[in-house]
Amino acid sequence: MNWTHKDLLDIESLSIEEIRHIFHTSSRFMEINSRSIKKVPILRGKSVVLFFAEPSTRTKTSFDMAAKRLSADSFSLASKGSSFQKGESLRDTVLTLEAMKPDAIVMRHNLSGSAGFIAGLLKCSVLNAGDGWNAHPTQALLDGFTLSRTWNDDFQGKKVLILGDIAHSRVARSDIKLFTRLGCHVRVCAPRTLLPPCTRSWPVDVYNDLYKACLGIDAVISLRLQLERQKAGLLPHIREYSTRFCLKQEHLESAAPGVKIMHPGPMNRGIEISSDLADSKGSLILDQVASGVAVRMALLYLYLARPKHEQEIPEG
Amino acid sequence: MGLLIIKNVLLNHKPGVLLIEDGKIITFKQEMPLDSSAELYDGRGCRLMPSLIDAHVHLREPGFEYKESIKTGLEAAAGGGFGRVMAMANTSPVNDNASVTEFMLRKNMDAHPAGPFVHPVGALTRNLEGRELSPLAELKEAGCQALSNDGLPVKDTELFRRAVEYASDLDMVVIDHCEDVYLAADGVMNEGVISGYLGLKGIPSVAESLQVSRDILLAAYLDTPIHLAHISCEESLELIAWAKNKSIPITAETCPHYLLWDEEIVRGYNTMTRVNPPLRRKKDVLAMREAVKSGIIDIIATDHAPHAAFEKQVPFAHAPNGISGLDTALSLCLELVREGILNLDDLVRLMSVSPGRIFNLPVNAFQKGDQADFILVDIEHEWRVTPEEMLSMGKNTPCMGQTLKGRVMAHFIGGKEIFSRF
Repeated sequence: MNWTHKDLLDIESLSIEEIRHIFHTSSRFMEINSRSIKKVPILRGKSVVLFFAEPSTRTKTSFDMAAKRLSADSFSLASKGSSFQKGESLRDTVLTLEAMKPDAIVMRHNLSGSAGFIAGLLKCSVLNAGDGWNAHPTQALLDGFTLSRTWNDDFQGKKVLILGDIAHSRVARSDIKLFTRLGCHVRVCAPRTLLPPCTRSWPVDVYNDLYKACLGIDAVISLRLQLERQKAGLLPHIREYSTRFCLKQEHLESAAPGVKIMHPGPMNRGIEISSDLADSKGSLILDQVASGVAVRMALLYLYLARPKHEQEIPEG
Repeated sequence: MGLLIIKNVLLNHKPGVLLIEDGKIITFKQEMPLDSSAELYDGRGCRLMPSLIDAHVHLREPGFEYKESIKTGLEAAAGGGFGRVMAMANTSPVNDNASVTEFMLRKNMDAHPAGPFVHPVGALTRNLEGRELSPLAELKEAGCQALSNDGLPVKDTELFRRAVEYASDLDMVVIDHCEDVYLAADGVMNEGVISGYLGLKGIPSVAESLQVSRDILLAAYLDTPIHLAHISCEESLELIAWAKNKSIPITAETCPHYLLWDEEIVRGYNTMTRVNPPLRRKKDVLAMREAVKSGIIDIIATDHAPHAAFEKQVPFAHAPNGISGLDTALSLCLELVREGILNLDDLVRLMSVSPGRIFNLPVNAFQKGDQADFILVDIEHEWRVTPEEMLSMGKNTPCMGQTLKGRVMAHFIGGKEIFSRF
C-alpha cells in the first residue's frame, strides 16, 4: 500500500483499508519484538522529536522504544523545563523544532485540535499522541490491533462498551470512531455529567446503568477517571462514582463468553476497574501495552519511510 | 459652504440628485436644479443610504494598540459605511473615568476631526470588576453615550439593578452582555453536536437566554430600558418577543455573524470563527433572520473585535474571542438583501435609524435640515476580502479570501467627503 498521508491526526482520516494495513504491518513488528535482538535498521538516519506538553509515561516510552527499535534517533522534549514553559507560543516552539530538521514530531498536548494546528504549520510529519479531548489515534489503533489478534480480525457485530468519562476522553472519541468503522456496535456508559452534549447524534448506544450496559458485550474498555472531576462539580464523590461505575466481575456475568477487559492506563484500581478484574484472565491490559509498541513502530515506519517504499521490513 | 449637488444617485430606488448646503440636507429631487454655481459630485449610479451607526465596537485604544487604534478603527468604520461607532470600555486602562473617555475623544479629533466619530461606552462598574459602580455621571459629562460591562457581565443582580436605576437618572442606556458566567465558564464554542465531536468545552445557549430573562424581568420591574447586546440564539428571541409584546422597554441587537454563519464553520478548529457569544446552530441563524425582519431584534451591530494575527495563530481554546467586523458588515448584510430576507429599508432601519433612536445619536432621514451624513453604495460591486483590502488592523474574519458583493464607494459626514473609493 502506498502511504500518502503526511500526518496522523485522528481516526476519521484513515480508510478501513488503511486501518487494516496498519494492523497487518503491526503484526509483523510484533514478531520482531519477540526476537532476542529487536532492532532493525529501516529508519536509520531518521530523527523523531517526542514533544510531550502534558505528562505521559506509557505513550512516550512506547513511541521512544518504537523509534529506537527502528534505528531512528529520538529526542525528548518535555514542556517542563523547556522554553514552552516560559511562555513561548506553541507555534514558535514547533517552528523552532522543525528548523532542526526532524522527520517527525510526535506531540501530546492538552488542547483539542492542537495536533492539526501544528500539522498545518509544519512540513515534517506530525503524529498525534493525544490532543485535549479530541483524539488519541495511536491508542485507538493499538486497542483495535489488540482485539484484532484476539478476535482473529473479525470485528463484525461485536459489542464494545466504553465505560467512564466519555466527555473528557480523547481515547473514547478515537475508539468510538475506530470500532464503529470496523463494524462493531459501540456502547458508552457514564453518568450524564460525564457524557458529551448531544450523544444522541453519536453512532453509539448510551447507558447509565452498568449492569444493563454489560449485557452481551464482547469487550469493555474502562477509562481512567480524572480525580479533578469531583472538584469541577461533575460528580458528588469519587466513592459514589465507584459504587455505580467501577467495573467488577458481577457486571460481566451477563456479558458474552470470553469477554475482554481493557484499559488505556494508568489505572485507578478500585475506582473505575476492580483490581481483580484488571489482573484476570480476560484482561488484555498488558497486551495493549505490548501492541502499543508494535503499532507505533508500524506507524513510524509508514509515515517516515514514506518516499522510499522499496525499503522493506526485513523478514524474520 | 455653498450648495453641493450629488448627482446620479438612487434614493429608495428612485434616481435623482441630493442637494446639500452648510452640511445639511436640503432636498432630494428627481431633476437637476438650474443653479449653476453649485458644486457637482457624480454619484455614478450608487445608492444613497444614511451613514451607519454601529452600537458595538472594540477599538482597543488605549492599551492594545497592536490590535487596533482609534485612528485605524475609524478608518475601517469610514470605509465600511459607519459614521458613528460606540466603543466598548474594555481597554487598558478601562474606560471607567473621564480621563480615559476624554483621551479617546481627543484621539478621534486628532485622527479624524471631520468623522467618523467614536462615542465611548463607559464601564458600568469600576475596572469592569462587577463590584462597585463607576462614576457614571462623570462618564456622561466626559462624553460617554451609554454604559456597559461588555465582556464581563455583572453577576451580582442587585448591583446590576442599582446600576440600571442610577443610569436612568442620567438618561443613559445600559447595554448588557447577556451571559451566565457560571454556565459559560471555560466554554469556547456553542455547546452541542459539534463541541462534543471536536472535544471542545461548550457554551450552552441557556447561558445567554437565562440572563436575557433576568434583564427582561428587571427592565419590566424597574420600567427602565435595557439594551441586550449581541443576541445569538432562538430562546433569547422568544423571550424578547414576549417582552416586546408586553411593552417592556427592552431593545436587542445582533451581529452579521449570527445572521450568516452557524457552528458548522468551527469544524477544523478555525480560530477565526471563535467569538463570544459563539456561532450557534443552524436553527438559531434562521430564527435570527426572522427576528431582524420582524423587529424583535432592533439593531445590527458589528461587535468589531480586532486581534493581531499571532493571537489567532494558536490552538482553538487559546484563541481570543472576536471577529473583525467593520470592513465587512454592510457587504455581509447585503447578502441577506440578495437572499430576500431583508430589503434596503430594513438595513437602514437596523443599522442607522434604530441605533440612532436607542442611543440618542443624530440620524439622517434625508429630510430638510438633517445632518448630511450619508454613504454611496454600489450594491453590485464585487470585492475580495484580503488583508490589504481591510482597513482595520484586525484581519480576523471567517470570510477572509471570500468575494463579497456590495461596497461603500464614498462616505460623507456633515456634507463633507471623508472617504472615497471612486
